[in-house]
Amino acid sequence: MTAEATKETREKEPVEREAFLNVFLRNLWSSNSVTITVLSIVLAVIIGAVLIVVSDSTVLEKFTYFTARPADALDASWTLISSAYSDLLKGALGDPEAFNAWFSGTGTWQDAFAPLSETLTYAAPLVFTGLSVSLAFRGGLFNIGAQGQAVLGCIAAGVAGFTFGLPIVLNLLVALIAGALGGALWGFLPGLLKARTGAHEVITTIMLNYTAGLFLAWLVIQKGIQQPGRTDAISKVVADSAQLPSFGGVLRVNLGIVLAVLVTAGVAWLLNRSAFGFELRAVGANPHAAKTAGISVAKTYTLLMAVAGGLAGLGGATQVLGTAYALTPSVAGNIGFDGLLVALLGRNRPWGTLLAALLFGVLRAGGNRMQSFTGISLELVNVLQALIVIFIAAPALVKAIFQLRAARTTAKG
Amino acid sequence: MARSYAADLRPTESVGEQWKEGVLRPVRGKRIVAILAAGGLTLAAAACGDAPEDTPSGSASSAATAAAYKACMVTDTGGIDDKSFNASAWAGIQAAKAEASNVDPKYVSSSSEADYEPGLRNFVSQKCDYILAVGGLMGDATKKVATESASSQFAIVDSSSSGANVYPMQFATQQAAFLAGYLAAGYSKSGKVGTYGGLKIAPVTIFMDGFADGVAYYNQKKGKTVQVLGWDKAKQNGTFADSFIDQNKGKTITQTLVSQGADVVLPVAGGTGLGTAQVAKDSSGKVSVIWVDQDGCKSAAQYCDVFLSTVVKNVEEAVKESVVKGAKGEKLSATPGYIGTLENDGVSLAPYNQFDSKVDATLKTEIDQLKKDIIAGTVKAESASAPK
Repeated sequence: MTAEATKETREKEPVEREAFLNVFLRNLWSSNSVTITVLSIVLAVIIGAVLIVVSDSTVLEKFTYFTARPADALDASWTLISSAYSDLLKGALGDPEAFNAWFSGTGTWQDAFAPLSETLTYAAPLVFTGLSVSLAFRGGLFNIGAQGQAVLGCIAAGVAGFTFGLPIVLNLLVALIAGALGGALWGFLPGLLKARTGAHEVITTIMLNYTAGLFLAWLVIQKGIQQPGRTDAISKVVADSAQLPSFGGVLRVNLGIVLAVLVTAGVAWLLNRSAFGFELRAVGANPHAAKTAGISVAKTYTLLMAVAGGLAGLGGATQVLGTAYALTPSVAGNIGFDGLLVALLGRNRPWGTLLAALLFGVLRAGGNRMQSFTGISLELVNVLQALIVIFIAAPALVKAIFQLRAARTTAKG
Repeated sequence: MARSYAADLRPTESVGEQWKEGVLRPVRGKRIVAILAAGGLTLAAAACGDAPEDTPSGSASSAATAAAYKACMVTDTGGIDDKSFNASAWAGIQAAKAEASNVDPKYVSSSSEADYEPGLRNFVSQKCDYILAVGGLMGDATKKVATESASSQFAIVDSSSSGANVYPMQFATQQAAFLAGYLAAGYSKSGKVGTYGGLKIAPVTIFMDGFADGVAYYNQKKGKTVQVLGWDKAKQNGTFADSFIDQNKGKTITQTLVSQGADVVLPVAGGTGLGTAQVAKDSSGKVSVIWVDQDGCKSAAQYCDVFLSTVVKNVEEAVKESVVKGAKGEKLSATPGYIGTLENDGVSLAPYNQFDSKVDATLKTEIDQLKKDIIAGTVKAESASAPK
C-alpha cells in the first residue's frame, strides 16, 4: 500500500511535493500490517513495564505513600523499568561497555558480540519451526505438531551424529538430512491420515507430540544411546565432525542461522514460484475449487505435511547439532510451540517468519540478561511474547486503541 | 466496531441505525472517565501513607557490601519452586545468608536447557563469588563455562566434579533408603511393601535401590520373605509415574500397589507422591508412607499422620555449608568435594514423628545399630546410581 502510494506520488512529484508527506503519514498511521505489528510490540512493552513495577515489592511499597512524595515512586519505577529494558537490549544486541572495552583493548571482540550471538542462537531453530507452521497454514493445515516433528528431528540428527562416524562435512550433512527425514516422517503420518481418512490434523499432530516426547525420554536411557558412565538421562555426545561449526567459547552462534536464512529463501521460492507452491496455496484457499481444477488435494496434503515436518525436523537438528550436542528428554525445549507464535507473528510469510524468529531470539537472549542483572523473572519474556501475539491476532483492538485509519483509505480520507 | 461497543455498554437499548459515532463517543468517553476516576480514587486512598524519613545510607551498609559474597544460583528447568532440589538449594543459600550476613543471594531460572550456559555466563560477568548449578544435566554446561572462567568458583549439586574450580555436592542416598527399607519391612503387617518413582533417572532410582536392599537385608536377617513391589533392583526396572507433579497418577499407582497387598509405600516422585499420601489418609491407618527429600511432617505437614518416616537428602544443609565456608574465605576443594552420607548427616532417616509410639522399640534399636554398621562399612549399601 505504502509502496504503491509512494510510486504514485513520485510520478507527480514536481507538482505535489507536499502531498507526498501527507500520503506517507496517512499510510503510516493506517492499519497496515507493519504498523499493527510495531504498535503491538509497543503495547506489549508498555504492559510489560506495568507488570515489572507490580512484580517488584520494593517499588510497590513506594506507591503506598504516592500522594505524600510522588517522586519516590516514579523515580523508582522509572529506574527499574529502564534498567530492565536496557538490560534486555544489551543482552540481545550488545553492551556499549563491552564494545568500549574492545576498542580500548581491555576486552575482546568475542565479549562484544556475545549478545548478538545469543540472539541468533536462540532464533535459528525457531526460524525452522516457524516456517513449518507457516507453510502448512498456507495450505490450509494447522500444524500443531511442529514440536513432535522437531523432537523426531533431534532424535534422528543426534543418533546419526554419534553413530556413523563419517568424515568431516559428510557427517554433518548426513546428520542434517537424517533430522529433516525424521521430522518429515512425523509430518507425513498426519498428512497421510488427513488425506486418506480425513482425520483432523490438529488432533493427530497433538497426539504425535506426546508420542515423540515420550519416545525421546525412553530412548535416551537405552544402552547404546545413553552416555557411558552416566546414570542420568543423557545420550552420547554428537561427533565433532557432525556439529554445526561455530566460533566456540562465548560465541555459541553456529552455521544453523545461515542455514535458516537459506531455507527461508528456499521456502519463499517454493511457495511463490514453484508448481507445488501454487497447488498448496490453491488447496489452502479452497480445496473444493482446487479439486475441480484438477489438483489432487490428498497428494498435496500429504506432501505438504511431510515438507512442513521436514522443516521442523531441521529445527530440531540445529538444536542438537548446534547448541545441545547431546540428547536429553527436554533437548527440544519449546521450539515447536514457539514456532506457532513465530508463524502467527510473521503472518505466515517466509521472510516475515524469519524476522519474527529474530524478535523472539532477541527476547530470549535479552531475557536471560534481564533476569540475571535486574532480577526480573524470565516469565516476563513469555508474557511479552504472548502479549505481542495476542495484539497481532486481534488487529481490531490495536486499531481501536490507536484510532488507526482503515488500510484502504484513498487520498481523500 | 463502534456499534458492538454500544451493545456492550447499553445492553437494554436497541441498537439501531440512529446510533451514529457522534452520539456514541461522548457516552463511551464518560464511562471511561468514570471508571478511571473510580480507580484513581481507590488508588489515591491506598496511596495516602506517610513518606518515610530520609535515611542517609550509612557506613554500616557500605561496610557490609564491601565484603559482600555474591552467591548466585542457576536452577535447572524445574524452576525455583519445584519442591525438590532447586527449592532446597535455594533454601540453603538463604540459610547461609542468615548465618553469614555478607552473603548476597541471587538466582536465575532456566526455562530450557539452552539457558544453562548463558545463565552461568551472566553470573560470571557479574563477578559472582560462588556460582551454583543445580542438577546433573547442567554438568556439561558447567564444565564448559568453568573451563573458560578458571578464576570463578563454581559448585554443582548431584554431579561429579568437572574441574578444579567446581565444587561437587553428591549424596549417597541409598544409605538412608536402606534404613527405610529395613524399617518398612519391619513395620509391614502384610509382608509386602511398595515403591515407585517419578522418572527412571539416577537421583530417583538410587532411593529405590537402597529401599529394596534394606528389605532384602531384613529378610536375610530375620528369615522372612517381605516382598518389594514396584522395583526390581537386579533388573533395574519398576513402576514410574512419568511425572513429578501429577497427584492423580500417584493415587492410581498407589491404589494398585495397595490392592496387591502393600501397606508401606515409598513414593520417590515429588508432588506426585502427595497422591500416595492421600490414599494412605483415606485408608484410615492401614497404609503408611515413607516420604523423601525433606521431612514430610515439615514439607507436606497436612499428611503428617500418615508419614512413617522420611528418607532425607539434605541438599539444603550441604549448599548452606559450602556457601558459608566460601563466605568466610575458605577454599572449596573440588576433590573430594562433598558426599552426603549417614555419617555426616548429608542423608538420614527423619524422626518417626506421629509414628513414634507405633514403631516397635526393638525395631528402632535395630535401625540405630544398622546405621552404625553402614557407617562402619560392615553392612554395604550399594547402588548403580551411587556417586563414585
